Amino acid sequence: MRHIISLLMENEAGALSRVSGLFSARGYNIESLSVAPTEDPSLSRMTIVTSGSDDVIEQIIKQLNKLIEVIKVIDLNDGEHIEREMMLVKVKAGEAEREEAKRMADIFRGRIIDVSDQSYTIELTGTVAKLDAFLAAIDRSWILETVRTGASGIGRGARMLRI
Amino acid sequence: MELTGAEIVLRCLQEEGVEHVFGYPGGAVLFIYDEFFKQDKVKHILTRHEQGAVHAADGYSRSTRKVGVALVTSGPGATNAVTGIATAYMDSIPMVIISGQVPTPAIGLDAFQEVDTVGITRPCVKHNFLVKDVKDIASTMKKAFYLASSGRPGPVLVDIPKDITQHKAEFVYPESVSLRSYNPVTKGHPGQIRRALQLILEAKRPMVYTGGGVTLSNAAGELSEFVRMMNFPCTNTLMGLGGYPATDRQFLGMLGMHGTYEANMAMQECDVLIAVGARFDDRVIGNPEHFFNAARKIIHIDIDPSSISKRVRVDVPIVGNVQDVLQEMLKALSSSRERVDAAALESWWKQIEEWRSRDCLKYDRQSKLIKPQMVVEKLYEVTGGDAFVTSDVGQHQMWAAQFYKFDKPRRWINSGGLGTMGFGLPAAMGVQVANPGAKVACITGEGSIQMCIQELSTCKQYHLPVKIIALNNRYLGMVRQWQEFFHGNRYSESYMDALPDFVKLAEAYGHIGMRIEKPEDVEGALKEAFALKDRLVFMDFVTDQAENVFPMVPGGKGLSEMILV
Repeated sequence: MRHIISLLMENEAGALSRVSGLFSARGYNIESLSVAPTEDPSLSRMTIVTSGSDDVIEQIIKQLNKLIEVIKVIDLNDGEHIEREMMLVKVKAGEAEREEAKRMADIFRGRIIDVSDQSYTIELTGTVAKLDAFLAAIDRSWILETVRTGASGIGRGARMLRI
Repeated sequence: MELTGAEIVLRCLQEEGVEHVFGYPGGAVLFIYDEFFKQDKVKHILTRHEQGAVHAADGYSRSTRKVGVALVTSGPGATNAVTGIATAYMDSIPMVIISGQVPTPAIGLDAFQEVDTVGITRPCVKHNFLVKDVKDIASTMKKAFYLASSGRPGPVLVDIPKDITQHKAEFVYPESVSLRSYNPVTKGHPGQIRRALQLILEAKRPMVYTGGGVTLSNAAGELSEFVRMMNFPCTNTLMGLGGYPATDRQFLGMLGMHGTYEANMAMQECDVLIAVGARFDDRVIGNPEHFFNAARKIIHIDIDPSSISKRVRVDVPIVGNVQDVLQEMLKALSSSRERVDAAALESWWKQIEEWRSRDCLKYDRQSKLIKPQMVVEKLYEVTGGDAFVTSDVGQHQMWAAQFYKFDKPRRWINSGGLGTMGFGLPAAMGVQVANPGAKVACITGEGSIQMCIQELSTCKQYHLPVKIIALNNRYLGMVRQWQEFFHGNRYSESYMDALPDFVKLAEAYGHIGMRIEKPEDVEGALKEAFALKDRLVFMDFVTDQAENVFPMVPGGKGLSEMILV
């Protein structure tokens, strides 16, 4: 099953490689991994989307907790949570495609953030499934380039990951 | 007053009470070595290879509870150390390894003797550091010693670029260290302990299974008290030997792939299993599915949560320091009015004695050839069971584990997890440095000993009178055994051809060599060797080539599916 694991760790050189090294050494899946400093610059927050049986997920969380620089780990799937990913898509926008591309961006509540005479760059935010749906909905041959951030997640309401 | 980074390194070692450092100099650590030259509080033992230095620091630590310290240079110094570091990591041995690194401005430029030491060692250390500022040396060293020795112990590496050892800073050694991201537990959860005691008191066929965690947390006393109080049977893993006295009636011997019949059967048939500081690894329980064919409740005490429910699901996990948890359990048990079902326990013991009468460790005592088992038994007699015994890896290691009865912890020193050939001799050096005057035996084979044989030279330099017991069967015996059992007797590359004359080799290094070819000479040779208290003696025992280690649980089989003699 797919799980979103969120963790706080010391914002130190090499910390990311300890996490990614752990996943490769123990053969765990990484679907996506995103990381950036938090409002406290000494901390990094990482979101890892992974999949595995309950036993595997339990081991992943235990092994992550064992890393010296990791402060706190939660499995967002243990409760209500929100997940978002951001994608930039450059699509063809010549005479033939221009209108339709704009309409598709609107339907998916995307924003066109760069325009040239041959292309649009659309910014889309949503769940991983929504971004996948957008890519499926537009003509494949129109897609010039995509870049995705990987999912980030946060617990709903009072559910928080902080130290 | 400002000190150089190199001076600070030495001062940190002194502050930590380090008496011995095992190492090998090189370009990147020259300033540190210069400081060794200028002081005499911390003694440096110069090995002949970095692998030897790390194993020696490891043996030093295993035999004393102290943190072992090794010092190596950058590049090949660090890569040579990796096998030793991985060995210590797999067995959770507290060590600090200091490695030199090329100067900070040269990092990443493929400089001479540059290697990404922090990257290479990352998967086989508890933690590692690259020190980028001379001001950070003291706090990093403090953290390194703290991390190495607390929680589940392990090796910690500190990589120090050469320029950092030249820069200057004020030296202040931190009194204490606290890391917000690292808070190892000690006490077990009281509710879990209560649940465990309930199961223990209801047990009809209990079994106590203990591992290296008992030694690491210095809980052998508490374990013996618990086992005796309850009159339960007890088995040790390879790493756990000495955790419970091997000569005691309640001890069933080692369990696992080459464990005793009674230990493995009791493990399989028990109804309540109390696992203490052990991790159910593949060499211990064999096929996990087969293990679960039998219904039993499992209590698992371990300091590392990730060791719990990793290979087998357990019913009552207790995360905590083994010693603390056992103390809490003993306290509760001695005040409890409930007692175990004595009749059930008696019939369980009857069953165990029946298994024990199978005499699974028997071998041909009338043989005209030297039986390796007999050498170990004689070693036990000659040393009065009081030696520190290190080993390498293979058949001889299993015979040592089966036939030397370890009554005390920290006497049996071997590479259990990684299975590192070449470990025995350098580890024995470390043990001897830490325990001058003690009897130290290295049980090895003619294959393993050649993997770190250069350390004979170190033994000469520092007058380390280790006794080497080479069980020489002219084969990589364990490989040969597997080839005999599972590969149709095709002994592919397992014959050790062109062996050196070990007697002459020992003599060339300035030691005493003996070659023993007849069973009747074994005891005399051992007595003679141990009488030479201040000399290293290399005993080359020419043993039966065809001898195999029994019992054996073949790979992928269950514990009760042993091959017996």
